[in-house]
Amino acid sequence: MFTDFFYLLRAEGVPVSITEWMTLMEALSQGLDRSSLTNFYYLARSLLVKSEAYYDKYDVAFTWYFGRIETPDEITEQAMRWVENALPPLNLTPEERERLAQRLEKLDLDELRRRFEERLKEQNEEHHGGSHWIGTGGTSPFGHSGYHPSGLRLGGESHSRSAVKVAAERRYQGYRDDLTLGVRQFEVALKRLRRLSTRYDAPRDVLDLEETIKETCDNAGRLKLVFIRPRKNTLKLFLLMDVGGSMTPYSRLCSQLFTAVHRTTHFKDIRFYYFHNCVYDHLYLDPTCHPRQSEATTHVLQNLDTEYRLIIVGDASMAPSELTAPGGIIWWGMVNEEPGLVWLQRLRQRFPYSVWLNPIPAEQWDNMYGHQTLNAIRQVFPMYELTLEGITRSTGSLLNKR
Amino acid sequence: MNASFPGYRGTDDYVVSDDLRNVVDVAVALSRPLLVKGEPGTGKTLLAVSIARALGLRLIIWNIKSTTKAQEGLYVYDTVQRLYDSQFGDRDVSDIKQYIKLGKLGEAFISDAPVVLLIDEIDKADIEFPNDLLWELDAMSFYIPETRETIEAKHRPIVIITSNAEKELPDAFLRRCVFHYIEFPGPEMMATIVRVHFPDLEENLLQEALKAFYWLRELPGLQKKPSTSELLDWVQALVIGGLRPERITAEMPFLGVLLKKNQDFPVVERYRNTAGRVSQLRR
Repeated sequence: MFTDFFYLLRAEGVPVSITEWMTLMEALSQGLDRSSLTNFYYLARSLLVKSEAYYDKYDVAFTWYFGRIETPDEITEQAMRWVENALPPLNLTPEERERLAQRLEKLDLDELRRRFEERLKEQNEEHHGGSHWIGTGGTSPFGHSGYHPSGLRLGGESHSRSAVKVAAERRYQGYRDDLTLGVRQFEVALKRLRRLSTRYDAPRDVLDLEETIKETCDNAGRLKLVFIRPRKNTLKLFLLMDVGGSMTPYSRLCSQLFTAVHRTTHFKDIRFYYFHNCVYDHLYLDPTCHPRQSEATTHVLQNLDTEYRLIIVGDASMAPSELTAPGGIIWWGMVNEEPGLVWLQRLRQRFPYSVWLNPIPAEQWDNMYGHQTLNAIRQVFPMYELTLEGITRSTGSLLNKR
Repeated sequence: MNASFPGYRGTDDYVVSDDLRNVVDVAVALSRPLLVKGEPGTGKTLLAVSIARALGLRLIIWNIKSTTKAQEGLYVYDTVQRLYDSQFGDRDVSDIKQYIKLGKLGEAFISDAPVVLLIDEIDKADIEFPNDLLWELDAMSFYIPETRETIEAKHRPIVIITSNAEKELPDAFLRRCVFHYIEFPGPEMMATIVRVHFPDLEENLLQEALKAFYWLRELPGLQKKPSTSELLDWVQALVIGGLRPERITAEMPFLGVLLKKNQDFPVVERYRNTAGRVSQLRR
């Protein structure tokens, strides 16, 4: 049943597993969807989608898959009038249901739809309790308060909005994790940097009181000490930010990241430096990039050990000469003897754990202004989008050497 | 179970949306844990309270803290007490059973009647915490090696788990849950919620308060957006303050009830000054 929907969800990027799909099948066999598409929408979502970040993708897949089977409004209005005066609901025992299910033919959606339209053409009054026409309390596939193994419920229990309409509204767009985000979400994303950063080579030098007591008691009261590794985060962060010029449109985004990093207290050390377009002989201590507030890049490189995780934030788009030519620096009156690319390679060499975060959406990377320099830099650093998904994926590169 | 299950319809003090109600039914029918996420103040914790009340079941709350370990929810073996007793006590220390103290999960398992178990703020705990509970929540049983006993659930409890998304939960854990994200309620839903708490509230006052509240929430750059509980406090303050409704949007009194961050006050001031009255700003 709906196996295509399963694959469609996966194709959309919703991580659905077989286990979850089987749970949905179990729920459907228990009749938890109550033969309504709206209920099915929520049922399937609650079982298949485990993060609000995927709600939107789910909505997209749902609209695409079920959009076709929505009954047009004008037809149903007429049919709705036929089912208004309902017979009492048909209460069947499971055995009766079973028997009926065998007797009544199962219909697939296309067949159901064809017959429904046929009935709508032929029928011109109310019919209740039968097995053919649209009505209530019967065993026809159309109507409500009756029973049919693969019928279409019309009216009955009221639902103000249909599932496809709910899905089509795409109210969860804001929660997509491949979209840019706020400070709070950045913080959560950065917390991932802690998870994998327990230092495995640390000495076991902290007394585990609880385990010690337990072991001692197990040892019939003779003292047995238990030591564990400290749970401190030893991760150090080195943040380099491109400012000014082409980065201005992204300043809000960058400042959110900046705030988040500042607020995230779990790093052992954080260093901030700024640059404009590309890194050369000097790194700047504040966003104004004034030479007076700068440090020699070589000096910084020497002072920060290779354990620092380097995150460079920038759009990586500039004139090719700024990257590849000596003297390509954009500041008037300043000369760089080595091209920017050499400096970037030097950074990468010094910090094996490093990533480049780019505020420009990844789909534009190949056909925008500055794509030559962007792609050249991508050869040096693993590059990710400055989005929740991007940061999450970048943590992999920040924790494992490539 | 689904045939006899009456279905959850919310309670008089808790307004529940259609989709959430459906999801609760699904979780109960499939007897799987229901994981609820959502902005702070959307009533995640209160959901469990309301379910317990609506179904007439006992509620067991397991509050998770950063130091909570999965084991504590099952049982604790009080070895210190036993050691103490062995030296000074008069109890029979060979009976280990008396030193086994069941945790909240264990308590829920041995209960004679079905219960609602709330595991509150599961994301506060260590990243491995949910994984450590996988088997116990799946099988609804656990083994105590010290006494060679297996504690099995007499009735599968209705498990409600809340998360504030401080940490990502492991996939294996998520696969076993029914998931729901509680959206921040829209103005209509919010009006219903406020009316539940203040049945005698003047309609005029309510509308003005909501207008100001949603205006505030939509301001860009707020560090902490006010949530439902703050709105309720604010309405309470407005009622006690006895302000005329038309002054609410114009003056935004008792702003401190709504805003909890120092940095947010200047933001609001700035928007009020540039845009004039709040009411004119509304779409």
